[in-house]
Amino acid sequence: MKKLKRYLGVLGMLGVLTLVLTACGGRKSLSQQDVLTNDRTSNTITWGVKADTKLFGLMDVQDNTIKGFDADVATAITKQILGKNGKTKFVQVTSQTRIPLLKNGNIDAIIATMTISPERKKQVDFSDSYFDAGQALLVKKGSAVKSVKDLNKAGTKVLGVTGSSSVANIRKFAPKAKVLELSDYAQAMTALKSGQGVALTTDNGILYGMATENPGYEVVGGTFTKEPYGIAINKGQAPFKNKVNAALKEIEANGTYNRLLKKWFGNVTGFNYKEASR
Amino acid sequence: MAYILTHYWSELIQGLGYTLLSSVIALVFSTVIGTMFAIFEVLPNRAMRIIGRIYIEIFRNIPLLVIAMFFYVIIPMYVAKIDGFTAGTIGLTIYTSSFIAETVRAGIQSVDNGQMEGARSNGLTYWQAMRYIVLPQAFKIVIPPLGNQFINLVKNSSVLAFVAGFDLMYQGNSIASLSLDTINSYVVVGLFYLVITLPLSYYMQHLEKRLAN
Amino acid sequence: MQNFIEAYSWVNMRFLLEGLWVTVEVSIISIIASFIIGSILGVLRYVKIKYLSRVVGFVVDIVRNLPLILIIFFTYFGLPHLGFKPGIIFAAVLAMTIFESAMLAEIIRSGILAVDYGQMEGARANGMSYVQALWHIVFPQAIKKTIPTIVSQFISLIKDTSLATIIVLPELLNHAQIIYGQNSAYIIPMFVMIAVMYFIICYALSVLSRVLDKKLA
Repeated sequence: MKKLKRYLGVLGMLGVLTLVLTACGGRKSLSQQDVLTNDRTSNTITWGVKADTKLFGLMDVQDNTIKGFDADVATAITKQILGKNGKTKFVQVTSQTRIPLLKNGNIDAIIATMTISPERKKQVDFSDSYFDAGQALLVKKGSAVKSVKDLNKAGTKVLGVTGSSSVANIRKFAPKAKVLELSDYAQAMTALKSGQGVALTTDNGILYGMATENPGYEVVGGTFTKEPYGIAINKGQAPFKNKVNAALKEIEANGTYNRLLKKWFGNVTGFNYKEASR
Repeated sequence: MAYILTHYWSELIQGLGYTLLSSVIALVFSTVIGTMFAIFEVLPNRAMRIIGRIYIEIFRNIPLLVIAMFFYVIIPMYVAKIDGFTAGTIGLTIYTSSFIAETVRAGIQSVDNGQMEGARSNGLTYWQAMRYIVLPQAFKIVIPPLGNQFINLVKNSSVLAFVAGFDLMYQGNSIASLSLDTINSYVVVGLFYLVITLPLSYYMQHLEKRLAN
Repeated sequence: MQNFIEAYSWVNMRFLLEGLWVTVEVSIISIIASFIIGSILGVLRYVKIKYLSRVVGFVVDIVRNLPLILIIFFTYFGLPHLGFKPGIIFAAVLAMTIFESAMLAEIIRSGILAVDYGQMEGARANGMSYVQALWHIVFPQAIKKTIPTIVSQFISLIKDTSLATIIVLPELLNHAQIIYGQNSAYIIPMFVMIAVMYFIICYALSVLSRVLDKKLA
């Protein structure tokens, strides 16, 4: 009896081990499969988009879909690549989850207010920039904070979002400030209202979206960095990346891009959409 | 993994510190508050019993994260400026106290009723009998479950990550997005948690066995 | 007051209920799966099959002693490294199941230990095999003994699904955050509403557990 049990035990462990190993080695890593071929077969491109960022990607409570400039550009690019009947699938991401999800192959590309930066380029590839943002500050109207210099004091708390480039930037521009990282922009805005920090910092486009929704708050200090947004794509996906870049050029040339820009930023006070036109 | 450990050592240690601090503070206060509501529940006074019951049922049946967010978002708007660490620790304390109250109440009720009566007939007041006779025995019974609550506290303190509480999980999220090495970052964070919780857990198992014999 | 009336508009309530449905869905699947797996693991740990029980015990202890949030990250970000791409709901269900199975394994094992050993011996003496005695005599009693603990673990599971908002699982808390993220006047009404929703579900379950406990006792 004892021997039998021992035998069964060893057998069980071996079984589990084999299962794990075959699972690991058997299939090609998902990020290594050719995205363009897969997408053509399924007639669908899966995009990682924000769901908490007004103007770029915001969940519409009415019909449970994500709406914004990012989402519209993604749809336009999809139609360029796959044709009129090409489908888009949106997966909600946050600044924290987007890169792991892309690298894991849960999504084909990220179009989620993502700045093209040298650090990120080590991990993922970027398309050409599709929007030129710059980092700014959102504060309560009448706040003593007028520019990023005012934040560089010990004890000043600044709010940002985990995984965003603005958090790294503000540490350079205001090293004495304490940065509080929240999980997404909705949480960061709520924290600003609760007085957990004196300013919320991220890209101006996002902040303008927040300011239109929250009249008691304003964008100050102009932009102190350049944040060109790119579409992130896994490394080794050159065919897909080239298609995305070509599609981007095409929608800029045929006026779709400017139309979308006007649709989302035409009425935003403080943001000159004509300057951003291409 | 070695890269994460060496590059982000100070963040990890800071996170560990805040996690332990929050857990210890919450343990002390939730034991006090929990015991108080446990006593409410066994008092002869009906109104007090109901108050105890309501407190316990409310906070046992609402997610910790909702309670912590409530303190982070709403309290600063209307009551007092508290930061994420404080808000998270208060949430942790209140949530845990409802579980401790339930445990301690069971402990008190398992002490033979004759003990209370005997003490009263020897001239002790209700409170004296509770304080010197019933509670010490009840605590002996509830030490193992209380130990398990502390392990839960350490794990649950990870909600501080949602309210910028600088704990281990918050640092883990930050490190994962800085290093872009998600899995290894979280493996390291997991090891840090295990360093606290595993020994505690084995010690509690050992203690339970010893008390059972 | 006006805020409350506006906050509980049909559109918002429908959105919240969609979130509630995801919470319930994830909870129910995880409860069933973790009960089955937890029972198997608990028994395996109890019967002392050499190596296997050790390994099960070790894995259960590791999982039990990690914060659930970490396990959520591991399933959502880690599994694809094994060539397997879980959707968000699947990842959440898997994380809850792994964590709760480990918690339940420990509860069920202590339940089995609490069943008088004489029961096992009696059953064996009556001609049952070890496995039969375990399955028909000891295990049901262990479950009966631990029902309150098991149910309170299930209640924790339901509450803990809220943690998956960090990977943007579209559950109740996440949907509430989306609503109050777009209009801060709705913050308090949303907190009140989701607290009530969680409370009703969890409290109902705890009442059910008490009734069950009394009936079986």
